[in-house]
Amino acid sequence: MGKISLEVNGRKVEKEASDNTLLSTFLREHLQLTGTHIGCDTSQCGACVVHVDGNSLKSCTALAADVNGSKVTTIEGLETNGKMHPMQEAFKKLHGLQCGFCTPGMVMSAVDLLQKNKKPSDTEIRDWLEGNICRCTGYQNIVAAVKEAATKM
Amino acid sequence: MASLVGSRVERKEDKRFLTGKGRYTADINLANQTYAIFVRSPHARASIKKLNIDKALKSSGVVSILTGKEIADDKIGGLIAGWAIRSEDGTEMKCPGNPPLAKDNVNFVGDPVAVVIAESLAEAKEAAEKVEVDYKVLKAVTSTADAMNGDTIHEGIDKNLCFDWLLGDRQKVKEAFDKADKVISIDIINNRLIPNAMEPRACVADYNAASEEITLYTTSQNPHLSRLIMSAFGNVAPEHKLRVVAPDVGGGFGSKINVYNEDIVCSWAAKKINRAIKWVAERSESFLTDIHGRDHVTHAELAVTKDGKFLGFKNETIANLGAYARVFGTVTPTYLFGPCATGVYEIPAAYTNVKAVYTNTAPVDAYRGAGRPEATYTIERLVEKASMELGIDKTELRIKNFPTAFPFKQTLVHTVDSGDYVAGMEKAKQMADYKGFEARRKESEAKGKLRGIGVTSYFEACGIAPSAAVMSLGCGVGLWESAEVRFNPTGQVTVYTGSHSHGQSHQTTFAQIAADELGVPIENIDIVHGDTDKGTFGMGTYGSRSLAVGGIAIVNACKKIVEKGKRVTAKMLEANPEDVEFKDGEFVVSKSNKKKTIGEVAFACYLPGVRDEMKSPLPEGDEPGLKETSFYDPSNFSFPAGTHIAEVEIDPETGHVKLEKYTACDDFGRIINPMVVEGQVHGGLAQGIGQALYENAEYDETGQLMTGSYMDYTMPRADNFPEFNIGYTCTHATTNPLGVKGCGEAGAIAAPPTVMNAVIDALGGQEVTMPATAEKVWKACKNLKKSNAKAA
Repeated sequence: MGKISLEVNGRKVEKEASDNTLLSTFLREHLQLTGTHIGCDTSQCGACVVHVDGNSLKSCTALAADVNGSKVTTIEGLETNGKMHPMQEAFKKLHGLQCGFCTPGMVMSAVDLLQKNKKPSDTEIRDWLEGNICRCTGYQNIVAAVKEAATKM
Repeated sequence: MASLVGSRVERKEDKRFLTGKGRYTADINLANQTYAIFVRSPHARASIKKLNIDKALKSSGVVSILTGKEIADDKIGGLIAGWAIRSEDGTEMKCPGNPPLAKDNVNFVGDPVAVVIAESLAEAKEAAEKVEVDYKVLKAVTSTADAMNGDTIHEGIDKNLCFDWLLGDRQKVKEAFDKADKVISIDIINNRLIPNAMEPRACVADYNAASEEITLYTTSQNPHLSRLIMSAFGNVAPEHKLRVVAPDVGGGFGSKINVYNEDIVCSWAAKKINRAIKWVAERSESFLTDIHGRDHVTHAELAVTKDGKFLGFKNETIANLGAYARVFGTVTPTYLFGPCATGVYEIPAAYTNVKAVYTNTAPVDAYRGAGRPEATYTIERLVEKASMELGIDKTELRIKNFPTAFPFKQTLVHTVDSGDYVAGMEKAKQMADYKGFEARRKESEAKGKLRGIGVTSYFEACGIAPSAAVMSLGCGVGLWESAEVRFNPTGQVTVYTGSHSHGQSHQTTFAQIAADELGVPIENIDIVHGDTDKGTFGMGTYGSRSLAVGGIAIVNACKKIVEKGKRVTAKMLEANPEDVEFKDGEFVVSKSNKKKTIGEVAFACYLPGVRDEMKSPLPEGDEPGLKETSFYDPSNFSFPAGTHIAEVEIDPETGHVKLEKYTACDDFGRIINPMVVEGQVHGGLAQGIGQALYENAEYDETGQLMTGSYMDYTMPRADNFPEFNIGYTCTHATTNPLGVKGCGEAGAIAAPPTVMNAVIDALGGQEVTMPATAEKVWKACKNLKKSNAKAA
């Protein structure tokens, strides 16, 4: 057991957790932030992507202890003053989600793409999202949503 | 008021999914809950000699360990097949028992033998490692084609044969083949797939000892059906003491139709230990134990005249059921497959024979399209081959055999009410620039690449319902759908539907329908589903039935509301009910032009009195309140159809197949929300293209799943697809008042043969099995080079 101190979605948190606690588990079970999803056990699906110190990370690939002291943003922290982020708005407008399960990770990953590449091409978007699996949408409307968000961010 | 049906209305469900406020089963935590881990067989086929839980019981935090013995002692029933299929010789199908926890024998890797329940997940896992099972390993049967020659898996089921089913007339087919100028024949494998909804299965079971009620939160596409099966066959609890809630469900694609072992075991065990139990599948468990899809081995033949008229069709298929027959396991390779195998063509004589076999693999059941992708793959590969062998253009050959009039009495079973297949073909060709293909082929050639074009024309029978029809074919229940429309006194509306959304957008599309029917703003309408304690009994979502069956139930319930509203308005305004018309949310007396809004009428229905007046606005015989229910049982299936065209470019040096263009032109009848339909088409295409190019579930000869993780099973990714080119033609269904047909499965049905026809076209007609991986295609390219060299 050890003490994990993080700033999550702008709020300082401190919790005891066993040393082998994954960041994804810490967020879901210790902080009840269930917007971050677990879709696989091999770090392939990307449903658990969050931002750690500004960069996207599959939260099932890191121990909570590894990121001790970091700033973490989850899907719950993307709105500002109750207003959805342009990426969230674009996903809604262009039907970039269906069952919603991969969506949190997909959105967090896409937001990071636009932080790093303001005007990505279709190919760049598809390449970047290669680590996020969606079974519902066939990705087409997700790509469209990321392009739309790029015009708003 | 502008009509919402037909508009791109943004989804009401999206905000919660986009902000992390979705509530999936794994997100639910109950006070004082325990955690379950299942001990599963590592062998594909074995008998259990001894099961020792003594060490595990002493492990820290263990609350209880239950095995097949306890479940048998408590007379908890097993998992069932929902459809009874009869063999050609009239005998009933043969199904083995399938206890939720195996007691004597295990029949696939992942078959559960015990459940360990502990205070924490980590403790449950640790204790599960200490359960000792002594297996006598037996020789596994894993090959679909050879299953009938393998050891007998289930005692008393000879040749591992569940049934040997025939649809059609062998004699007529023989006569047709005798008259043929040419017979085209093909051997195909419809590869086994794993549905892989992104949300792994999960359940949380709770027991209230005071009320003796079990509540099960579970990842289900049909909570009422789950409750019925668990109650009537599982003996878990009577229906009124069992509440099944399927909250937000992260995709299903058929894999969440079934009641699973874990649902029954956790519900039963929660009562036994008098505490809540949570179980969440790890992805590797999902791979092993979710139902799988497809897995057919087929030989088919088409008898043709030299000018390309189809005379007869034969289909001999072996279908793998896996270890046990489950809910849609036996109907998927029969009535969902056979009738559609003659495709969109007038073929005077046809038969489909299916031998359904047991193997030591995960149960095979309905996966998106269920039977119809296999049917379409069979006929469309055959027709494409016929076009090559006859030297007739692939689109012309198809058009030549399309039905000339509707209703179209299809060769086996269905009467297709409406369609225009020629229009669909012409539009698809135009969208795909079919004419320009040869020029593009030459361009590819100049780059050293092989280019191919593939076509598929399909129809499918969906809107799976007509109770009389399905029950006559062996279904254990009627497949109608229910809806209840409740007005609140202040005018908002709650619609309860028996169908279930796990991505399909019911909250939006169903609200669009109700808004139009009732003239109430869509913001004031909520759609509720997924909880047996809230809505009326319903049959759930599969077989593209939500709209064509569940949507119509909503329309009908709304119409009953309007009828009552007319009577109430007439009484309130002292007019004849026949003179009251309803439009855009207002009841208007035609003669006087006096009116009442539907909100005023709802208010009056709930508060039928005014101070100082004895007069009630309710007509004699009408009760207070404004709530109506409808159970809708359609007269026929619905029949979407269309033509898809794909173009691929192959690099002969690497065997890499690049899908260059994909065009889909579908007829779904009336479209409620074009944005949602587009999404359904895209998703279906991705799964269909996935089957053709990437996905494959493979067992080795000992029955170990070789593709048990995302490292081994190729899930299609964003960079695997081009931008799809989507279009529509429209003929309204004549068998339901909305004219809708269903769109959820079309992409998965049409895409595999479309893509494979293109690949095989590029390879000069050489057969390649799905998935067309680089290795297989590279080998075919080598052969092509050799045969070209020989020819030159």
